[in-house]
Amino acid sequence: MLAAWQAQTAPAVKTGVVAAADAFTIGENQPTDQAAQIQNLILQGYDAIVIDAASTTALNGAVQEACDAGVVVVSFDGIVTAPCAWKIVNDFHEWGREQVDYMAKRFPDGANLLEVRGLPGTFVDDDLHQGIVDELKHYPKLHIVSSVEGDWAQDVTQQAVAGVLPSLPHIDGVLNQGGEAYGVAQAFRASQREMPVIIFSNAQDELAWWAEQHRKNGYQSIAISNAPGIAMVAFWVAQRILAGEDVPKHLTVPLYHIRQDELSEVLAHTPKGSVADQIFTRADVERLIQQARDTQAASTQPNTAPATDQAKNPSAAQEIQP
Amino acid sequence: MTRHSISPRKLLPLISFSVLLIATFALQERAMSYLGLNLLFNLTIPIALATIGQLLIMVNDIDLSVGAFVSLVACIVSTLLVQHPWLGWLALAGLVLAYAALGALIHRFELPAIVVTLGMSFIWGGLALVIMPAPGGTSPEWLRALMTVKPPLAPMAVVAALLIAAAAHLLIMRSGIGTVLRGLGGNSRSVARAGWRLSGLYALTYGLAGVFGVLAGLTLVGLYTSSGASVASSYTLLSIAGVILGGGEFIGGRVSPIGAVLGALTLSLAGSLLAFMHISPDWQIGAQGAVLILVLAARLLFTRREALI
Repeated sequence: MLAAWQAQTAPAVKTGVVAAADAFTIGENQPTDQAAQIQNLILQGYDAIVIDAASTTALNGAVQEACDAGVVVVSFDGIVTAPCAWKIVNDFHEWGREQVDYMAKRFPDGANLLEVRGLPGTFVDDDLHQGIVDELKHYPKLHIVSSVEGDWAQDVTQQAVAGVLPSLPHIDGVLNQGGEAYGVAQAFRASQREMPVIIFSNAQDELAWWAEQHRKNGYQSIAISNAPGIAMVAFWVAQRILAGEDVPKHLTVPLYHIRQDELSEVLAHTPKGSVADQIFTRADVERLIQQARDTQAASTQPNTAPATDQAKNPSAAQEIQP
Repeated sequence: MTRHSISPRKLLPLISFSVLLIATFALQERAMSYLGLNLLFNLTIPIALATIGQLLIMVNDIDLSVGAFVSLVACIVSTLLVQHPWLGWLALAGLVLAYAALGALIHRFELPAIVVTLGMSFIWGGLALVIMPAPGGTSPEWLRALMTVKPPLAPMAVVAALLIAAAAHLLIMRSGIGTVLRGLGGNSRSVARAGWRLSGLYALTYGLAGVFGVLAGLTLVGLYTSSGASVASSYTLLSIAGVILGGGEFIGGRVSPIGAVLGALTLSLAGSLLAFMHISPDWQIGAQGAVLILVLAARLLFTRREALI
């Protein structure tokens, strides 16, 4: 995500669209560290803070401080609940539904599915799971025969899947939350069972494995993921807000799909150990903003005032328009 | 130990704090304002309180459960205290009593506190997970209001730090019972000979440490507006480092509450300073360690010189 950020903000800084776009990280995934970092960024006088939050709620105190100081806060991927912050998310519910839809297409006569869940207690895990549950109602022939927790990690997934496999019937397909597919495949290979249809994500190692299987025996699947390009959406949203544009507080970024026929081309462009990414340009983001505005206009009654919490940004000092 | 001559060793916490503060102001003049000082130090308030709790135990021992305990308190505050205030306060009081009982047990069976508190940290952590399996919760309104109050003259963070330092100083250095408590670390046998019941004193020490732990958890929730089972996990090390930076030692009842508060502030200031210098956070933990070693080295120099005189 940092790589995507640097690759795309550099030209924006060069052409003077923004004065600077520095990236900061925290050593450990601790919201307390991140809160301290936000407060330091306020002190350094940044006009906008774009953040992938380690906690949806524990940063609200620091985010409120930032808003009070006139700083625009745009949270993405890991969003914050503070009302003054912008929230840019992938539709995880949709992700769950699409996985089920794909399985329904592959197995019209019914199938046994294994669900690999992510980190328990996170809204991503909840939403994705709910999407799967909701969509399964439309396909009574698809059955989830077991569900394991993979914590979004290959090794944890491999262990968890290997642990339940001996007690399970034949598995036709595996639903997951992105990033677990390779671990699932390893567990199935070790148990010498027939390889199920596994939904992949955008990780290069997963795509490479998928391509290899396709070459060997015509294995087919689909990759669905939340690409790190979402950081760039957040960047451009912050830029548009600073430029004085009225941007809705909630934006949904489409998921990134790699279909079978696109696989070899995507893989060719993805460096080893990296992830395939979706590029969002300024024009793409402007289109997203317009879409969000349209849906907002469609959902709000014409007699209610348009979102009054929309803070007009007073300090666009560093902003230079091209 | 006379009141009039202050040894350079005792001034060291103030000196190291001032050096870092001046460096921060030089790098980032925005910090030199009402708002700036508050942003710089408000997140340190719970750490300072936890540090005082640690300092009480550190008159002759060490408490490895501070982080887990504060996390547990924070979980209770952001859930139970919001929904059922009475039950919440009762639970917090229960925690303080448990801490006191722990102190009595440690003395009664001559257990090493380092082992008992390490074990307890898993129990506190487990309880916190039971109460709050996933991060979340909210802050009670009054607590949030208290932590975002804007007093005249000085910002909340500075006022709170001064209050904590003054209260801890009065309690530990000036009050009669504080002297006895420090005596526990100096020479517990002579305290016993003077007619004090040691197990009672131990219970009091740990109970007081528990009170400060509860205060730390309360202020933490007020600042962050939510919590999680491991929200304060870094506090164990930070509090120990704060006590040592502030001139305290593990043994002999040699502690300094004002120094400890300064120590906690110094540590967080070091983090901010590195951020202002655009040094990657990956180095920050290491850099905090370096500050600790530097201050300890300076202290050693001063102690040697004192011994020579």
